[in-house]
Amino acid sequence: MHIDPATLPPLDDMIACPHCDTLHMEDDLPDGARAYCRRCGALLLTAESRAVVWLVSLASAAVVLMVAAVSFPFLDLSLQGQHNGTSVIHAILVFGSGKAIPLAIAVALFIVVLPLVRLLALLHALAPLVRGVPPTPSARVAFALTDQLRPWAMAEIFMVGVTVALVKVAGMADVTVGPAFWAFVALVLITIFNDQIMNRFAIWKALDTGTTA
Amino acid sequence: MESTGHGHHGLTTLTTAREAGLIACTRCGQVHAGDAVKCKRCHGPLQSRDTRSLQKVWAWLIAGMIAFIPANLYPMLLTRTLLERSESTIVGGVIELLHYGNYGIAAIVFVASVVIPVGKFIAIAYLAWGVQRGHRLRQHQRHRLYDIVEFIGRWSMIDVFVVAILSALVQLNGIAAINPGVAALSFALSVVFTMLSALAFDPRLIWDADRTVS
Repeated sequence: MHIDPATLPPLDDMIACPHCDTLHMEDDLPDGARAYCRRCGALLLTAESRAVVWLVSLASAAVVLMVAAVSFPFLDLSLQGQHNGTSVIHAILVFGSGKAIPLAIAVALFIVVLPLVRLLALLHALAPLVRGVPPTPSARVAFALTDQLRPWAMAEIFMVGVTVALVKVAGMADVTVGPAFWAFVALVLITIFNDQIMNRFAIWKALDTGTTA
Repeated sequence: MESTGHGHHGLTTLTTAREAGLIACTRCGQVHAGDAVKCKRCHGPLQSRDTRSLQKVWAWLIAGMIAFIPANLYPMLLTRTLLERSESTIVGGVIELLHYGNYGIAAIVFVASVVIPVGKFIAIAYLAWGVQRGHRLRQHQRHRLYDIVEFIGRWSMIDVFVVAILSALVQLNGIAAINPGVAALSFALSVVFTMLSALAFDPRLIWDADRTVS
């Protein structure tokens, strides 16, 4: 198949499916609609006028929860009169004092550093839009970072790990959960919800137009 | 070719950016003229097809498989109590959970630590091999497999977090202590390498096989 470029729509009116390269017209969707690729079925674009406002408010809440989740007591273990209560920060420091340093660094990155970087970058990119100000020049770099780091932020996987660890240790000692545990649960729920409503193409469109809709 | 009211080609047929002599950004969907090298919208690098994609896929995949070997041979957890010292491997940990009747948790750990990694090795190798052979069949199924592999790979990290939590929590002087074994780091590396392998795969290659432009 050979296509005469003159017969194509203007480049900025099209988007290409990132999975199969098929060209589509970037039409305005009615609110709440979703557009899928005609060839491979990948989700391309969602239209949710409140998505940006939701993302910014929830990401702000998540940053506060993250601070609580890493600094307050997370779990407390007691066995024969001995206690060991730890916060996530304390745990990473203790854990990272011996030969387990590489593992401690990896865990700290996956569950604290990268999720926090993602949240802050998202806020930096989108907060101006909510206030009705044009996005800053670095907004694009910040959102690209949020998007690229997505597979590497593993807070929700960590929570499943916590559940398994609690079951494993339940037989040998008493474990009580602290406030940070519940902060982490809330954080994970927000992260899952945010990633559901965050559509990359819609956000690039919002950054182009400088509006939240 | 039909034309729309706008007088354009109108994309009534399925046309790829490559066939149209254009180049598309896989991060933000922006379409550029064929000679662009950097996306004007998100500043990401542009490549019509990642020509070295399969080399990177195989390299990371082999690294992931190699790291998976010590991850299974060496202990994941070193447990020391007043009475005994024990070591458990990934599979040993699953058997221990079964022994205490925690079937659901045993299933989660087994799926995350054994089924997903092994399934992922096979799936990525199959996808890369299919592209190299120029397979035109089952494109939708292969694309679906790619989606699943990309989504599920990170969940293998569960057991590494279990080790991290137990090692931080169970540190009671003299009574009991749990420490991470060599396998914990090998396993974490295996998961990271396999994730990089899946990320290096360019899914557009699956869909190119039945296109005449190469």
